[in-house]
Amino acid sequence: MATAAGAKGLMYFDSLTALWHMDGHGFYVWLAYALTFLPVAVMVWLPVRRQREHWRWIAAEQRRADSVQPGVTDK
Amino acid sequence: MWTFIHKMGSPPWFFRFSGTVVKWLLPLTLVLLAVGAAWGLLVAPPDFRQGNSYRIIYIHVPAAVVALAGYYVMAFAGAVSLIWRIKMADVTMRAAAPVGAVLTAVALVTGAIWGKPTWGTWWVWDARITSMLILLFLYLGVVALFEAYENKTAAARACAVLSLVGTVNIPIIYKSVDWWYSLHQPASIKFTGESAIDSSMLYPLLLMIAAFYCLFAVTVLLNMRAELVWSHRESGWLQQLVRKA
Amino acid sequence: MSADVPLLSLRAAFARQFLRHFKALMSSPADMANPLLFFFMVVTLFPLGLGPDPERLSTMAPGILWVVALLSSLMVSSKLFASDYEDGSLEQLAIAPYPLSVLVLGEVTAHWLATGFLLAVVSPLFGVMLGLPQHGLGVLCYSLLLGTVCLTLIGAMGSALTVSIRRGGLLMSLLIIPLNVPVLIFGTTAVSEAIIGGNPSTWLALLGGLAMGSLALVPLAISAALRVSLDN
Repeated sequence: MATAAGAKGLMYFDSLTALWHMDGHGFYVWLAYALTFLPVAVMVWLPVRRQREHWRWIAAEQRRADSVQPGVTDK
Repeated sequence: MWTFIHKMGSPPWFFRFSGTVVKWLLPLTLVLLAVGAAWGLLVAPPDFRQGNSYRIIYIHVPAAVVALAGYYVMAFAGAVSLIWRIKMADVTMRAAAPVGAVLTAVALVTGAIWGKPTWGTWWVWDARITSMLILLFLYLGVVALFEAYENKTAAARACAVLSLVGTVNIPIIYKSVDWWYSLHQPASIKFTGESAIDSSMLYPLLLMIAAFYCLFAVTVLLNMRAELVWSHRESGWLQQLVRKA
Repeated sequence: MSADVPLLSLRAAFARQFLRHFKALMSSPADMANPLLFFFMVVTLFPLGLGPDPERLSTMAPGILWVVALLSSLMVSSKLFASDYEDGSLEQLAIAPYPLSVLVLGEVTAHWLATGFLLAVVSPLFGVMLGLPQHGLGVLCYSLLLGTVCLTLIGAMGSALTVSIRRGGLLMSLLIIPLNVPVLIFGTTAVSEAIIGGNPSTWLALLGGLAMGSLALVPLAISAALRVSLDN
């Protein structure tokens, strides 16, 4: 709220409701932005998660191999 | 510079370098996207003719620009992999393809949404949207071709050949669609009129374009890193890195 | 290879490939007639689907004829390298002491004569069926003559990329349809311009440019694609 009020001088719209409505175009604008940032977020998140999973997999393999014979996986 | 490119061809070197880059590039991308979107949504004044719906430009145009540039990145990486047989270039090409495809789809969807309040229909066969659609087909073709091949090394080379042919074709396609559109255009309104854009609207647009370029770069790097961690899971350098962590 | 076979000149190597494939294609007239029949029947679908109003058909005729020509080209392209791949002669071509792109060009030329060229020659008949005005028929024929060169070459490249994939025909179509868009646009516009009394020569020149460019560059892509397919 405070930031919105502080930005009011900068912001074109008079209020948050006006920002949401966008003179009747709100549906389209917010839909478009949502349909952009959602895929973008997923697109960035998927490889991060994939890398973490692979990393954990390798660490687990190392622990498993270590319990049999220490340090054997290092080359 | 050549030594730098050579070093990039080595997976452990690339992994370390990309790790450092991603560490600052990812937050930078998020900040640029947030600031640019806020600027375009909140601060910039509405368009005289289109009102507030024009604010979609701040995501539609950057997505479209980067989607097109991304195809060239993909094709260039493919060419490098074909000519000099550098495996990392393969990885780059395959990392870029889905990112470009997603951004093209985003450009198409936002373009269609923008079209509804502006021209009354969800879909209009204007030059830009039609070219974007063909670009999407070109991207999907590369992805489909890779999936269809059994031998993945051959698959990468096939995709390199296809995306190179696509690259040569893209300017021809864009130009021909442009001409096609201007010939069949209804006499009344010019759908994609290029009116001079005011600086209060131009700056946030440029910022968002820069943000999307950073987004492309960081996503490609993240994809490449994820792939490397899997494909090199047996190699010593990665094993040591995991141990140290 | 025990005996020393003298190396043919490039022109002779091209001619040998061309003649071999041309004779094979000529020997089965049914295979040549099928794409034409396809063209014939699909063109008939359009009046059935759109209604027989001659004015509407004649305005749509350039587009219809060209799209159907494109579809026919897709159909025949998918079979282009298939038999060579299966019986191993593709591998022989790849290790032959001649540039693969020249050998490929020989095969593709024979293919074009038996498919695209034929299509262009009989196209005025189908143009008449769709009510295309007389002065558009010649341009239709020219545009298809030039355009099918591009369609055949790009189709061959698609075939080369997918020949090692099971049921690669559909994937091939997906790959090359976007690449054929400029040819389609230039071809239809040439005919449309001719119908309304304008000057189609710019568009025919563009088609000619595409055809020349394709002849020069696409065989390289085809041979690269063939080598990749052989590695799959």
